[in-house]
Amino acid sequence: MRFQLAALSLRRHASRTLLAVLGVAVSAAMLLDMVMLATGMRQSFASLLGRNGFTIRVSPRGTLPFDTEATIGQARDAAAAIKRITGVTAVAPVLGSTIHVLGGANPVTAFALGVDPAVQGDYQLLQGQHPTANALVASDALLRATGAGIGDTLDVAVGFDPQLRTYTGRRRVVVSGRARFTYLSADDRAAALQLASVQALGGADRTDRVSLFMVRTAPNVDPEAARVAVERTLPRVTALSTAGAVAEAEHRLSYFRQLAFILGAVSLIVGFLLVTTIVTVSVNERIGEIAIMRAIGVSRSHVVHQIVIEGIGLSLTGAAAGLILGLFTAKWLNSILRGFPGLPDAIDFFLFQPNSAFRALALLVASGIAAGIYPAWRAASLPISATLREEAVG
Amino acid sequence: MSGQPLLLVRDAHRDYPRSAEPVHAVRGVSLDVAQGEYVAIVGPSGCGKSTLLNLLGAIDRPTRGSVTIGGTAVSTLPDKAATRFRLTNIGFVFQRFYLLPVLTAQENVELPMAEAKVPLAERRERARELLGYVGLEARADHRPAELSGGEQQRVAIARALANRPIVLLADEPTGELDARTGSDVIALFDRLNRDGMTIVVVTHDEKLAGAARRVIHMLDGQVIRDEPLLRRA
Repeated sequence: MRFQLAALSLRRHASRTLLAVLGVAVSAAMLLDMVMLATGMRQSFASLLGRNGFTIRVSPRGTLPFDTEATIGQARDAAAAIKRITGVTAVAPVLGSTIHVLGGANPVTAFALGVDPAVQGDYQLLQGQHPTANALVASDALLRATGAGIGDTLDVAVGFDPQLRTYTGRRRVVVSGRARFTYLSADDRAAALQLASVQALGGADRTDRVSLFMVRTAPNVDPEAARVAVERTLPRVTALSTAGAVAEAEHRLSYFRQLAFILGAVSLIVGFLLVTTIVTVSVNERIGEIAIMRAIGVSRSHVVHQIVIEGIGLSLTGAAAGLILGLFTAKWLNSILRGFPGLPDAIDFFLFQPNSAFRALALLVASGIAAGIYPAWRAASLPISATLREEAVG
Repeated sequence: MSGQPLLLVRDAHRDYPRSAEPVHAVRGVSLDVAQGEYVAIVGPSGCGKSTLLNLLGAIDRPTRGSVTIGGTAVSTLPDKAATRFRLTNIGFVFQRFYLLPVLTAQENVELPMAEAKVPLAERRERARELLGYVGLEARADHRPAELSGGEQQRVAIARALANRPIVLLADEPTGELDARTGSDVIALFDRLNRDGMTIVVVTHDEKLAGAARRVIHMLDGQVIRDEPLLRRA
């Protein structure tokens, strides 16, 4: 009968209960979104880096991948040396470059990646074929900008000299496919060619050079040990494991997490105070009834349980509604933030992780239990005869 | 007296602490109520009769003295035991009925039985039986707001009888009723007493006091007169 009485008490002021549930739902949604934000970027970034099984990035010493235009020389030897390290299963060389697609009134500038199509992890082919020696795959944004399609030929040049108005390299290539570039945004104009093609276009400066190596390790090998081995083998490089990159990103995103933590804590407190207030008001209205219940022999524990159940009922219903509301608002906010220029398409700011989300909502429900305890304690501690006397006078 | 002593009050005092001077609501009251008696406690407002009723019902504890009900010294029982004792041994009826507005008449009557863990089917049947006894079987599914004051009080009486108490205590049970519905409640009390229920009622209502077999007069926290009335035919 405790559950029945608690439910009926909440239904007694249906509009007030509904408003309280909405309030808790907003608070729960905010809490959920903050939890999703606090962990989302980190997880999303880790997931992005971990795609295709690459666990180590090797870049010129003292730089992060594509932080500068510096390159690693004697790339073939370096790749071979890395491959010899125990646990390394694949090495994907990448050379970045700016290309100009000629032919129109104004050349279209794009970012080009020279890769080994057999082991690359930079793009996902959507349509067509991987690039051969005189071919490229292009992002939709580049195809839109050039008006080209699969099978069309483009006049591509590299190394524009603004004074001489010349290029260090130029060749005609066929568009062999459409691709989505993993580490670039959907709006980026990008192309992938064979590594040798980009090196050749770059002239002598780019011969046998790469911007970075992406290294895949065996599942049973500690990537950190392999990373140390790479740096020991090649003193002129910096090797960064995915875990290290994530830690670095996490360090840079620490303000985000702190903000999310503070706002999440505020949401929790607001939810707690809301439930406490509503249940306290409800108890104050029923003080005579509670005194009568106690007088006719209803135990303190019954009164406490009933009131705590009311608090839990409000919190649970609010948390359930907040889960739905939070997912919708997170999706909406994510779509806004993902529009930020230059962000990889695969990065999510709000990532739903069932464990974190349910832990946060469990915390809210626990706060609902705590919220019911104060009014429940007050109600159960009523001096029966004094309350009845006051109620009779009142 | 019509049987063995059921309620024994010995030199009971109840003081309420106040900042200036304590209020002595009950001062040295001693009385016995036998099983099957119908006692009215009367007196002016503030004379301590409701406080005495609360002591008799184990709702409150005497500052000094003792209260024994059915052989149990209720004045020394810890809260949990006193609550349990009230649930199973004492029926309360209050001036303001105090039915739970969210429950139907039937559910209000079932509440003390549910608390006493009476099986559902048994308490349903008993509640129907009690509502029939007070003439409200047809109103079992109505909520208090749909009942008149007299009907609400009769439901409250049915609730008080739910766990087959050994004594029924009533505090101004006709205080909020008009003359006609008040008479219905008086008649019901009379019938209950005839059926063997021990009743102690605190009242200002002369008609209700006149229906009792014994009237205790109080003034300033003390019993000033205790008079048995002749049982009517």
